Amino acid sequence: MNAYRKFFVKKSLWYLLTLFVAVALNFLLPRLIEGNPVSMIANQMTQVMTDSDSMKKVYDTFAAEFGIDKPLWQQFFIYLGNLLRGDLGTSFGLYPTPVSTILASAVPWTLALQLPAILVGWIIGNALGAIAAYKKGVFDKVLFPTFLFINSIPYFILAIILLYIFGLTLNWLPTSGGYNYQMTPNLSLEFIGSVLKHHFLPFLSIVLVTIGGQAIGMREMSIYELNTDYVLYSKLLGIKDSTISRYVFKNAMLPQITGLALSIGTMIGGSLITEIVFSYPGIGTWLFTAIRQLDYPLISGATLLIAISVLLANFTIEIVYGLVDPRIKAAQMEEE
Amino acid sequence: MNSSLQILIRSPKFLIGAITFLVMIAFVTIYPLINTSDPTEMVALAFQPPSAELLLGSDNFGRDLFLELIYGIRTSIFVGLVAGLSATIIGLAIGLAAGYIGGMIDDILTAITNIFIVIPSFIVLILISVSIDSRSTLITAIIIGITSWPWTARAVRAQTSSLRNRDHVNIAKISGHSTPRIITFEILPYIMSYVVMAFVLQTASGILSEASISMLGLGPYNTISLGILLNWALTFEAPVSGAWWAFIPAAFSIAIITFSLYLMNTGMDEIFNPKIRS
Repeated sequence: MNAYRKFFVKKSLWYLLTLFVAVALNFLLPRLIEGNPVSMIANQMTQVMTDSDSMKKVYDTFAAEFGIDKPLWQQFFIYLGNLLRGDLGTSFGLYPTPVSTILASAVPWTLALQLPAILVGWIIGNALGAIAAYKKGVFDKVLFPTFLFINSIPYFILAIILLYIFGLTLNWLPTSGGYNYQMTPNLSLEFIGSVLKHHFLPFLSIVLVTIGGQAIGMREMSIYELNTDYVLYSKLLGIKDSTISRYVFKNAMLPQITGLALSIGTMIGGSLITEIVFSYPGIGTWLFTAIRQLDYPLISGATLLIAISVLLANFTIEIVYGLVDPRIKAAQMEEE
Repeated sequence: MNSSLQILIRSPKFLIGAITFLVMIAFVTIYPLINTSDPTEMVALAFQPPSAELLLGSDNFGRDLFLELIYGIRTSIFVGLVAGLSATIIGLAIGLAAGYIGGMIDDILTAITNIFIVIPSFIVLILISVSIDSRSTLITAIIIGITSWPWTARAVRAQTSSLRNRDHVNIAKISGHSTPRIITFEILPYIMSYVVMAFVLQTASGILSEASISMLGLGPYNTISLGILLNWALTFEAPVSGAWWAFIPAAFSIAIITFSLYLMNTGMDEIFNPKIRS
């Protein structure tokens, strides 16, 4: 266990460094580039308001929040200080709602949509990929190009197609929002049903694309494993096919866990755009609104939140992976 | 080089992918020369269904969607290729430097690569795009390129550092060949097949990235790309109006282009990597 603790500490330090870089990028990129949005938008905002008193107030809010008149390094410390207090600034578009309030209302929707969709897609994709590699023949010849084609459809395009077919042409499912907005959120069966109905199409579109990508990876890994010596040896020993396929599956599965860690950023990014297509009340839709309104603090808050969640997801997977894969433990033991 | 091309041609996957992609490029290059109308000209009422005159109907502004689609495919492929090229060059340079030089430089470059693999490139792309006021097509493509190099860098580094201590490299070193020469003649030929495959994949993901940020409204200005067509279709509620021709053709174009590139990549993978040939 000592070896594992070392692995854990090392990983934690790496992720802390990465987190710092992500925060610094989130701060620096919009400020370093010519005509930077922070000062420009703060000016623009005040021009729209006519009443000079409220104008001054708004300007002062943002000037204080960004520390516009101070040097860059001081601005960065103000920014970090605000972050540590959980203060992401005030939204321009929905002034004076704090950005953190808006994002807090969006997070449950995004989580409830993406987490199950990515997991379900990952599991089904891996199972199908393994089957395609194992059965070969016609099964593989049909399934593989299908996966490849689905994988080349961007998330949101599949979303648009599903929306058009099931939502608009067949009228089976609602096309926008997280629930029927005529209802007030409560715990009645009717409301939960409405939520589930609105959940289904975006969920399905994320699951389908995830299946495509994961199945391709799993198929490749399984074909590789099927050609290894231990498989041949087991076959010669007369071990049952089902037992061999279990060995193969276990070995091919491990890289797929790393694969999940590495592709989770892209998946979350893609799923955010799926939200936009369905006007799902999650972070993606807010990001879309924020970009259209040039609501800079909200954009920045959303990007930071997304970056942090991706880091967190990665970190979790790597830590779990360290527990599951005996090779990592062995490598740690050797180092000692 | 000649012989590897001959082997490639025998791979049906590669061939189908390459032909689809090249035919697409040829078509979108030649068609605007024949039909010289301006794609932004309003020629009909809004959301007219496809007819003999307007092959794919008209969009919300009454513009010819078929013509727009041609220009969109052209822009998207251009963005993809430039993004793919810049990502591959950056990744190759960083990977070679880290893998060949080793030591401190390797540690630093590998650390940077690992950090940028975890930070979603999508986010960096949004942050840069939001900050730049007038994004031309070329600038968009380059921004996509500079946010998507880490994968190539990591793989190139791994291969280079395993090649670095091979005998033929050592002989070249002892013979007093310069470092650029060793890299060009002793290292690059061995990783070339990988680099070409990486370029093809980066091109595909460049096209997808363009579509994604254009959907968010952060695409290039003053041009028509497939992502921008989709953004218009959604902003002006084409799905609700039942105008499938405003988004289905653009959606399928993206899917077909990336599919052809993925097919090329899989074909090459099977040739250069006999182990996964089924």
